[in-house]
Amino acid sequence: MRLARVACAGAIHAAQPQQLADGRSGVLLTDGRTLAEEEVVWLPPLEVGTIIALGLNYAEHAQEFASGKSEEPLIFLKGRGTVLGHRGVTRRPAGVKYMHYECELAVVMGRSARGVRRSDAFQHIAGYCIANDYAIRDYLENWYRPNLRVKNRDGATVLGPWLVDAADIADPGNLDLCTYVNGKLVQQGNTRDMITDVPSLVEYLSSFMTLTAGDVILTGTPKGVVNVDVGDEVVCEIDGMGRLQNTIVGDQLFGR
Amino acid sequence: MRLSPCIAIAMEVPPYRLSGTVYGALLNHRTALQALGDSMDQPPYRAAPQAPVLYIKPRNTLAASGEPVLVPSGVTELEVGASLGLVIGRPSCNLAEDHALEHVAGYLIVNDVSVPHSSYYRPSVPCKARDGFCPLGPRVVPRAAIANPDNLTIRVYLDGKLRETASTAQLVRPVAKLLADVTDFMTLSPGDVLAVGVAYPAPRVRAGQRVWIEIDGIGRLENTFMDGPV
Repeated sequence: MRLARVACAGAIHAAQPQQLADGRSGVLLTDGRTLAEEEVVWLPPLEVGTIIALGLNYAEHAQEFASGKSEEPLIFLKGRGTVLGHRGVTRRPAGVKYMHYECELAVVMGRSARGVRRSDAFQHIAGYCIANDYAIRDYLENWYRPNLRVKNRDGATVLGPWLVDAADIADPGNLDLCTYVNGKLVQQGNTRDMITDVPSLVEYLSSFMTLTAGDVILTGTPKGVVNVDVGDEVVCEIDGMGRLQNTIVGDQLFGR
Repeated sequence: MRLSPCIAIAMEVPPYRLSGTVYGALLNHRTALQALGDSMDQPPYRAAPQAPVLYIKPRNTLAASGEPVLVPSGVTELEVGASLGLVIGRPSCNLAEDHALEHVAGYLIVNDVSVPHSSYYRPSVPCKARDGFCPLGPRVVPRAAIANPDNLTIRVYLDGKLRETASTAQLVRPVAKLLADVTDFMTLSPGDVLAVGVAYPAPRVRAGQRVWIEIDGIGRLENTFMDGPV
């Protein structure tokens, strides 16, 4: 099953995908209403708990930034204030030279996990989302890198459109990911090229911290990140999980 | 899917409860910055920090006063990172320094516990995000009760003996300036906590020891450190 959270006509609803009579894609709310995709406000598909993100988890992306191979997975944490739903807008501050998307498989925990072995990891996973985890490289500093000013910006962690049940994803270790900017394919990869795969990540993280239902693991991005500008439409896709759309906007919308 | 409730800390002013996210400011105490000296200009850092450098203590780290802190097996000592914590009262985005304090609901004591680590190049999550590594409390003191958050004495006692005395007067970015600079790039939400900075050197503690952290006007945060399971 795929479930979204949407706001519509004064309330927040659970919604499932539904094709409209005219062939457009839409949603079916639990109360029976059917609406077009653009008639609802898409919220992140769940109330996220702790967000754990992986850096340099695809070998070829790691080479893009010429970093040495690290012994342990490079992980960092993000706050909930960064999370944004499908069809939202993300601010690019004026004067910035290099802001890029990162299409990632997001793993949503369904059960607490502490000291979980790789072979048992899937029992603790509720499902998956598409994530687009923006970075602004102009702000990189070599202190707790990547520092929060680069990776923890308001509305810069796009999540959705759906929370896809784990049961519906046959093999999270073999999913194509791609990103389109203004309709042009710019990033392409497959989750089989992760350096640390999904069950190993659950084992590694739960070896030193308790993961709880609602915690989200952003598993890293493949090669192919390029700068995006104000007005660009960025779409991230993962096999069987839909398409996650976002638009880059300028300071003016935010009164800056 | 519902979030598990955040630990309850007495708070008699809005928002009445914590959100569960604690941010900490790295190297925001002059003693910590001075300790790095010339190494800040060497690799891997290459320059002193410009914007505030933050870290996150996630919800699994939160603990109340009185709860034991478990020392992971294979680790002999932990660092006690004593800090003043600001509890955010109102959504805080792009604050001006002269109005920033109005967004603070109150104050508490934060013990940012870490496995000692010498490099600040990578986020060191396994050293800082272990279960129970962020005792908080003992309660949230309303903002009005603290005349000047930039002049508070912090005392750390191990087994009743005074081991560290620090002051928020030595912050690199004083409280209002820190709030302004942090909310320039991210919004803080009601119930979020911002730990303003830990002095150097942080006292080290072993299993079996009691830690008290006192801040004038806020009270005492007490936790005993114990051996964790093997």
